[in-house]
Amino acid sequence: MKLKTKLFGESYQFKDIKELLAKANEKKSGDELLKIAAENAKERAAAKVVLANLKLSDLRENPVLDKSEDEVSRVIDELINERIYQEIKDWTVSDLREYILSHSTSGSDIKRISRALNGEMVAAAAKLMSNMDLVYAASKINISSKANTVIGLDGCLSFRLQPNHPTDDLDGILASMMEGLSYGCGDAVIGINPVNDSVENTKAIMDFINDFINKWEIPTQSCVLSHIKTQMKAVEAGASVSVFFQSIAGTESANKAFGVDEALLDSAYDLIKKQGNAPGPNLMYFETGQGSEMSLNTDHGIDEMTLEARTYGFAKKYKPFLVNNVSGFIGPETLYDGKQMIRANLEDHFMGKLSGLPMGMAPCYTNHTKMDQNDQETATMLLAMAGSNYYMGVPAGDDIMLSYQDTSFHDDATLRELVDKKPAPEFFAWLLKMGIMNEDGRLSAEAGDPSIFFKNGEVN
Amino acid sequence: MVSENELKTIIEEVIKNLDRNNLGDKESNKSGGNSEIEAGEIPDITEVDLQKEMLVPEANNQEEFLKLKAKTSARLGVWRAGPRYKTNTLLRFRADHAAAMDAVFTGVSEELINEMNFDTYQTLCSDKDEFLTRPDLGKLFSDQTLAEMKNNCQSNPQVQLYVADGLSSTAIEANLRDIFPAIKQGLEGYNIEMGTPFFVKFGRVASMEPISECLNADVSCVLIGERPGLATAESMSCYMAYKAEIGMPEARRTVISNIHSGGTSAVEAGAHIADVIKAMLDQKASGLDLEI
Repeated sequence: MKLKTKLFGESYQFKDIKELLAKANEKKSGDELLKIAAENAKERAAAKVVLANLKLSDLRENPVLDKSEDEVSRVIDELINERIYQEIKDWTVSDLREYILSHSTSGSDIKRISRALNGEMVAAAAKLMSNMDLVYAASKINISSKANTVIGLDGCLSFRLQPNHPTDDLDGILASMMEGLSYGCGDAVIGINPVNDSVENTKAIMDFINDFINKWEIPTQSCVLSHIKTQMKAVEAGASVSVFFQSIAGTESANKAFGVDEALLDSAYDLIKKQGNAPGPNLMYFETGQGSEMSLNTDHGIDEMTLEARTYGFAKKYKPFLVNNVSGFIGPETLYDGKQMIRANLEDHFMGKLSGLPMGMAPCYTNHTKMDQNDQETATMLLAMAGSNYYMGVPAGDDIMLSYQDTSFHDDATLRELVDKKPAPEFFAWLLKMGIMNEDGRLSAEAGDPSIFFKNGEVN
Repeated sequence: MVSENELKTIIEEVIKNLDRNNLGDKESNKSGGNSEIEAGEIPDITEVDLQKEMLVPEANNQEEFLKLKAKTSARLGVWRAGPRYKTNTLLRFRADHAAAMDAVFTGVSEELINEMNFDTYQTLCSDKDEFLTRPDLGKLFSDQTLAEMKNNCQSNPQVQLYVADGLSSTAIEANLRDIFPAIKQGLEGYNIEMGTPFFVKFGRVASMEPISECLNADVSCVLIGERPGLATAESMSCYMAYKAEIGMPEARRTVISNIHSGGTSAVEAGAHIADVIKAMLDQKASGLDLEI
């Protein structure tokens, strides 16, 4: 492999693949904080040239962390289909990019080679892509998943209803849940981020959502986003829930900092298959985002984008129902402004799909970053063109528990109109029955009235 | 010589007159079209109590929904224009976001720091932008700054209390005047001696470690602005640790968060902080090791 090139007669030499992958990135504050970013625009271009000429085998044989010292590297390598790998191992990264974009390559062709890619290869392809490349390439890949119901089907767009409350007050959660449903949000999952991570509280919220879903016969799935150990204990204590949630990352040490490893996730997956209320086969919900390793001091000097691609490779093992990307949540030390946030979201969505995952997106921002609602909405619309399976649904975009802004119930309904997509089929039928949506997939005249659940007396 | 304060007063007076003159002009003039500029003003949209507001026309059951809505500050019952927000929902969101951004990007006022009689020590960050993008620098001081701190502050205090802007200056402005005397009074009640309090500019929570080592404090305690949400920009946290030292695990910190008028009030939090400090000194422990 060659790690050196010239641009305009000037030489550029890169020490190793780790350094090259970092310097080939678009400008990001996270890479600058770690002092691994390209020094200037020319060095960035040179890195992209060198990366374009690497072979896929170079990236498999030289992962940024050796598989003997990092279980994420090992898990990803063990998932590689050796027969397909033999077919493509001599491709350059440039060949991979052009194969994905080619008119003669179908979505299922991409899914086939995806079985032979590791995180480094996926990240490398994305680093050679412009924003429109990322949107176009992702739009070719369609990945659906099923827990109780199927999401991600062609022509469908789904949403996670996120009715969080700063003190986990069940009435407050209920009010937000009713509002979200009245806008047609909630077909991906109804999921709460609890403030109190106790087993008792987790079980109480799981049962509360589940009772509401049963009473109103809502074709969806439930989730409570406590730590996975807490969720497991709640289910062992008899709570009813559809999918297990966990935040994961792209190094073993970052996962340790999250309090998880492969063994724990294996046992969680076994438990939800046996004790969850959904038939599956997809029963895990992962949350990821660029910069989490860095903020936990577990990045090993690897750039946040490559680590994100490795996270997806690791997630693949558990055939998740939902993978939700929240790049933009951490803050300006990882993604400085709207431009960087939009770019990271497009990268992550493409990389997730190229990894074969059912990607949902949470283009979001915190109030200590130079981003605003317009940046967030721009990212959301681009991702809708790119074909994200689902988004979050937060009351008026303001999450009062996590103190950040994400897509709203209104955004969700608007996106369905903009890209002409309908809710997941069973949920769509339910919305018609409730009079919330019309046959054409638009909101009915009555939609947006959360008090429709009081029509026949007691709500819950 | 005109003093700075006098100068300020003169300028304010001039600006006031200018405003008045302009206003007079406008009221006597007609603008280009037919609409006359009227006296009076549009009501302040931020004074509307969103929790009591339901904008859905002909709701099935407004009364019952408002009862539930009273339990949450989520923006609910907001209705829509097509699939989008009503104009007032959008405008209120923009106003609240502006307030949150101001809390982050504006510094704590000199007036407040002077009023509290605090000296200021700055971390290695040179401005807000660097503070936000370099969390590593927001917990470090130059050798010179540490030498000045050592020189000006009482050494070996039982409690070293200080204030940092963190991610919300608004939180400090809103709570400091109430919480500081409450902590002081609480500590005096326990006969616990407080060192020299001060202000840290561009400070992160972990600025506590070098301060603790520099002054050899038993308990270090920082009052710091939390990352603001749209609902409030006034929320402050208090982080405390026994014998804080560089490299210690996060689990050794005790935190009291959500200190603001809509959460734990500053006065109430102040008394609680004094109790926690007492327990730390008694047990010589903090964080997960502390039993309260």
